[in-house]
Amino acid sequence: MDQLIGIFVRAIFVENLALAFFLGMCTFLAISKQIKTAIGLGVAVIVVETITVPVNNLIYNYLLRPGALDWAGLGHLDLSYLGLISYIGVIAAMVQILEMVLKRFFPVLHNSMGIFLPLLTVNCAILGASLFMVQRDYSFSESAAYGLGTGVGWALALVTLAGLREKMKYSEVPDGLQGLGITFITAGLMSLAFITMADIKL
Amino acid sequence: MIAQARDALLNPLLDENPVTRHVLGICSALAITNSVYSALVMSLALTTVLAFSNVAISLIRNHLPNSVRIIVQMTVIASAVIVVDEFLKAFAPDTARTLSVFVGLIITNCIVLGRAEAFAAHNKVGISFLDGIGNGMGYSLLLVTVAVIRELFGTGSLMGVEILPLANDGGWFEPNALLLLPPSAFFIIGFLIWGVRSWKKAQVEQADFRPISVAEMEKR
Repeated sequence: MDQLIGIFVRAIFVENLALAFFLGMCTFLAISKQIKTAIGLGVAVIVVETITVPVNNLIYNYLLRPGALDWAGLGHLDLSYLGLISYIGVIAAMVQILEMVLKRFFPVLHNSMGIFLPLLTVNCAILGASLFMVQRDYSFSESAAYGLGTGVGWALALVTLAGLREKMKYSEVPDGLQGLGITFITAGLMSLAFITMADIKL
Repeated sequence: MIAQARDALLNPLLDENPVTRHVLGICSALAITNSVYSALVMSLALTTVLAFSNVAISLIRNHLPNSVRIIVQMTVIASAVIVVDEFLKAFAPDTARTLSVFVGLIITNCIVLGRAEAFAAHNKVGISFLDGIGNGMGYSLLLVTVAVIRELFGTGSLMGVEILPLANDGGWFEPNALLLLPPSAFFIIGFLIWGVRSWKKAQVEQADFRPISVAEMEKR
């Protein structure tokens, strides 16, 4: 249990996907103008990460890894080269299913975060979390903790940046830095703050 | 025809640079720029994938139903990335390990899908190929610039060759280790964008609000 909590907390603060690995930057910079939309997207990311990372873990462990097909008598096969295409397929399918389920059973929720769901297929934070999970050889329960942690970490970074940008609307920014430039520098300062947490040992 | 080809190839370098102008493909631009060598390998990998996927998508553009196009494009891109990934693992295993998950993440690099959607889906094969190479070069230009700054001032060497003699070995240069850490990439790209936009005024974004100065207030 301690180990799972460790993975969860590390994924949020120390190895924050947005600020330490720069994943999901395009959406991170584009959808951080308002806190309200940022929260919508953040929740969508948490949900999708929590589902896709463990599912991809099952696919890797029972279908793709060398010797994984032992149960079918095909233990000599190594299908790990199919990893990338399977993970992105799972992510695209999950996003699609989630969208349909929300539309059918939770229309209010769908209205508030529906527009962000299709975007998540091409969000590298989602694919990146699955790839890190495979690289670090997490077990199923570890991957669930990691998925939730990365989602929460990414959402936290996004909402914080949105808060900073809302405040900055009223500041006088030099012309060339307007918009994208100043956002980068703000994100850099946030990243500096998160780096100080790298020394936390769990 | 030639002018069109030249535009497709050279416009993405500065005027329409995918990273600084359109905010595409930033994840990898930040993550693997602490060494020039990995930046070069990454640029090469991305340019290959981009050229290949642009050609493939341009070839099937007239047979592709609109409703399934995104998923087909993703599959084409993913296949190209798998080829590049396996190639790197076979012929440059050390580099593949340094780049770790970032080669795989070319799939979700928005430049690739962005160009497939915005250009290859409506244009002929030849010009799509040039557009792919051009955007790949625009991305590479930025990536290598950032990597040169970070590696030169972070370690005093370029591609592992010492340029600025380090203070530890009797030289004069004190390396700035901050440049090797993630935040520096944000700052460098932020300042690069500032530089490019001060030069090319057309790229400046409009502010949502313009604070009024005291003098203006009094005039009212």
